Formats: sequence, structure tokens, C-alpha cells
Amino acid sequence: MTSSDPPPAGQVPAQRTRQGARAVQARGAIPWPLGIPALLAALFLLVPLAGLLVRAPWRGLPHLLADSQVLDALRLSLVCASAATAASLVFGVPLAWVLARSQARGISVLRALVTLPLVLPPVVGGVALLLAFGRQGILGRLLDEWTGVTLPFTTAGVIIAETFVAMPFLVITVEGAFRAADRGYEEAAATLGASRLTVFRTVTIPLIAPSLLAGAVLCWARALGEFGATITFAGNFPGRTQTMPLAVYVALESDPEAAVALSLVLLVVSIAVLAGLRDRWLSTGTTP
Amino acid sequence: MRRITATLTAVIAAGLLLGGCASSSVADGSSTHSPASGSSPAPVSGTVNVFAAASLKEAFTKLGHQFEIAHPGVKIVFNFGPSSGLAAQITQGAPADVFASASTKNMNQVVKAADATSPTNFASNVMEIAVPAKNPTAITALSDLAKAGVKVALCQPVVPCGATAAKVFTNAKLTVTPVTQEIDVKAVLTKVSLGEVDAGIVYLTDVRAAGAKVKGIEIPADVNASTKYPIATLTKAPNRATAQAFTDYVLSAEGTSVLVADGFAKP
Repeated sequence: MTSSDPPPAGQVPAQRTRQGARAVQARGAIPWPLGIPALLAALFLLVPLAGLLVRAPWRGLPHLLADSQVLDALRLSLVCASAATAASLVFGVPLAWVLARSQARGISVLRALVTLPLVLPPVVGGVALLLAFGRQGILGRLLDEWTGVTLPFTTAGVIIAETFVAMPFLVITVEGAFRAADRGYEEAAATLGASRLTVFRTVTIPLIAPSLLAGAVLCWARALGEFGATITFAGNFPGRTQTMPLAVYVALESDPEAAVALSLVLLVVSIAVLAGLRDRWLSTGTTP
Repeated sequence: MRRITATLTAVIAAGLLLGGCASSSVADGSSTHSPASGSSPAPVSGTVNVFAAASLKEAFTKLGHQFEIAHPGVKIVFNFGPSSGLAAQITQGAPADVFASASTKNMNQVVKAADATSPTNFASNVMEIAVPAKNPTAITALSDLAKAGVKVALCQPVVPCGATAAKVFTNAKLTVTPVTQEIDVKAVLTKVSLGEVDAGIVYLTDVRAAGAKVKGIEIPADVNASTKYPIATLTKAPNRATAQAFTDYVLSAEGTSVLVADGFAKP
């Protein structure tokens, strides 16, 4: 019975109202088989954050945070995460483009290999970096012999470790965007006489801008939180390689209250960045 | 209104569920509970969780094997790490039976939190310089570590080996700035054996345990510093009787001989 049929006399108004009400409720309500697991998942993710806020040493906070070691660690963390993101953008976006557009054989193998750091435990990544870029590493040895520069235990080493673990996030996100982008716009620009580089710069990049920014934020967040690869490859020294996660780990052994204070700072910074960007840029599937 | 009450019911149900999970006790780790008896020795069985300083790794692994052979049915599980970190884990409620620390300071932390009573010293250790096997920067003495351009790895100051190394430098009136402060003594040893640093300060027992991977340079006895190793069965030990048996074994003549063979000194 379609809605255009005339209602039989006396019978339908009540039925239609009940059906209508049920339809409205069905559209808004969450089915319980989904709702309860969803609620538990949300609680699982939110309760630790609440624990951090509840147990924070609020009264001693200004004193704990004024410590120069804390400010050093925060500055180092922010600088290194941003540098790692910049490096990931400069090298990762072209890689993503090649993975998405290239027709060469073996591209799928390359894709699997470059996203390996995503599943590799970070400490394993740190060990691998040592074996490659350490003083006795396969490339690090040459670097040391030719230029006298060694990467472990330097701030540059921190940036390298963070780039290694975070770049795959950017590559994956941006590659997906390149694949999904409408080639029609690029072809139109090409027929109008734009060179390939101009097309890339003025059409392709703006087309994937939301995904690019989402990938960059993900990359930045991953780099900020990196611990295992950093402590293994770059070591731990205040002011030079001791980022916030390392500072929290060290503080946990001697002064748990300071560790909680540091964790709080990291939490606030992370929320600020994610919240600040989420409204404007992280909407899904926008058209240009 | 109906939706609000339904949501509230779900929240309360979830809360009760989580509360129920939290209140159920953590697995005690032992298959049979030995009753704490008076005169007759309680049967030794089950699993014993031993939290021990990283420098005790080789000696305690040997002692654990020997104890398991002597007492079939017992399993000793080790957690090696920095004593400061282990003490923090114990006071936070980690299910450990025995704690063997590389310094009295960390044991006192645990005693203060009422997690251990009457610890006993079972060994002591001194520091030694570890250099890569080939010693490319030709380190020969402690004073070489203070030279510019020499990369030195130390333990973090809160960890016993870091604190004792600091004492050594104070005794020798040297200022040494490390390139990294590692989380425990074995991490320092790894950096040295990989050749990433020119030298590290570790325990004498660690140099011996590393064998051909590193070369050891002695620190003169007049500037060297030592640290005492206390051991204690924890008050909240899930498997108290077997834990006490293992502690007694470490303190026995057999235990001492294994430790001395590895380079530890008597307490």
C-alpha cells in the first residue's frame, strides 16, 4: 500500500500515527546491539583521560611545570614533531603520488614495504635505524667517515626516528586521496595547456587538501608520542634528545607526581591541536 | 523521556559491569596456594614472580634454573629492569613475590610503602668502564671519559648504576657529560657493544657477562664506588611460601657461590 492510496475510512489515522512515530524513533534511536558496545568503547577510551585529570596534582602544578627540564622536553617535542611532519610532507607526498599513479610493476610490493613501520614495534624500528644510520651502521659508517657526522644521540636523530615511524601514516592517507581524486579536473587543466608540475601544484594538491591536512595532523600526533624508536636510536639526554614521552618515563621512576603533570601537559597540547584543526579541516569527503 | 531512562539504564548497567570486573581479584599466579603453617615447611609449588635488577640477569637466571630443578613443579618468572622502575611498579601494585634491588635506596622505597619487611643484603658490586671490543678511541683510564669528543653512555641518575657512577666521578673529581642516559645498565652495555658510544660505566659483573662483546677497563679501588644488593619477599606476595623458599635459596651458600662466580662480592 503506497502513501498515495486514499486511506480507508476510520482505520488508518491511528495506525499511520503509530507507524509514523515508530519510523521517527527508528531513525533517531541507536539499536542496543550497537549502542552498548559503543558506550563501553567510549568509556574505555575516556576513563583513563578522566583518571589523569582527577589525579593531577593541581596545586603543585605551576611549580612542577616551571622546571627547566620540563620546558626543555616540551620545546624539543614540539620542534621535533613539527620537523618530522615537514620532512614527511616533503618526501611522503611525492611517494604517495608515485604509489597511487604509477603503473610500474612491483608498486604493490613497494607500498607494502614503505608502510611496514606502521606495524613494526617502535623499538624494533629504533634498532633497525641504529643498524642503518648508527655509527657502525651500513650508511651511518659512510656518513661518519666522509663527514664526521653521527646521527645517534643528536636532535637530528630524534627527528629521523620520528619521521621513520610517522611518515607511513601520511603516505597512506594521501595515497588514498590521490586515488580517489577526480582525474577529470587534472585532464581539463592539461588540455588548457598547464604543464604537469603546474597541474600538480594548482589542481591536484588543492583537490586532496583535506586529506593532506588530516594525514599531516596524524603524522604530527604520531611523531609527538613516539618513544621506543627515539630512546633506542637517539638516546635520552635532557635538552637534546629527551622528548616529553621520555621525560614522563624517567619521571615515573623518581617522581610520579611530576610524571602526571607532564602527561597532563602533553594531553592538553594534543587536545588543543586536534580540536583546533578538527572543525575546519577534518571533515570527510568534501568536494572542492 | 523514554529514551532518557533507557540511556540511563544502559549507563548504570555498564557501570555495574565495569565495577564487577574491577572488584574480582587479580589472578594470583600460583596454581596451588601453600598454607602459611607454623612448624612444618609448607609445600613449595606454583609460580614465583621475581622482580630483579638488570645486573642480576645472568646470575639469577642460573639460580632460577637450579631452583626449578631442585623443586619440580615450581616455575620462576623473572622481570629484569632498573631497580627504580621495579620499585615503582611494586608500590603501584604489580603482582610480584620477590624483589632484589641493586641499591638499598630502592628497597627502602618498597619498605616505606609497606610492601616489604626486613630485607637482607646478599651481594655487592663495583663499577667498571666498558668500551667496545676494538676500543677505537683508545680509552685507557677514567680521565679519558672527561675528554671532549668522547661519547659516554651512563645510566639515568635515578637508577642505581647511574647514582653509583656519579659517586665514582665525584671520588675522581671528574666532570663527565654523557651523550645519553639509558634506562638500565644493560641498555648502556648494548650501546657500548654496538659501538655507538666510546665508553660506558657499568657494573663489573656486566663486563664479565658480556664476554668478548666489550672490553673492560678497571677503575682504581680508591675512587671506585660500590652498591649493596638487598633482597626481600614481598608482603603481598601471591605465592608467599615458595617466594620465601627462593629468597632463602639466594641467601644460602649455594646462591652466594653462583653470585661470587659471576663477579659479585659478598655483602
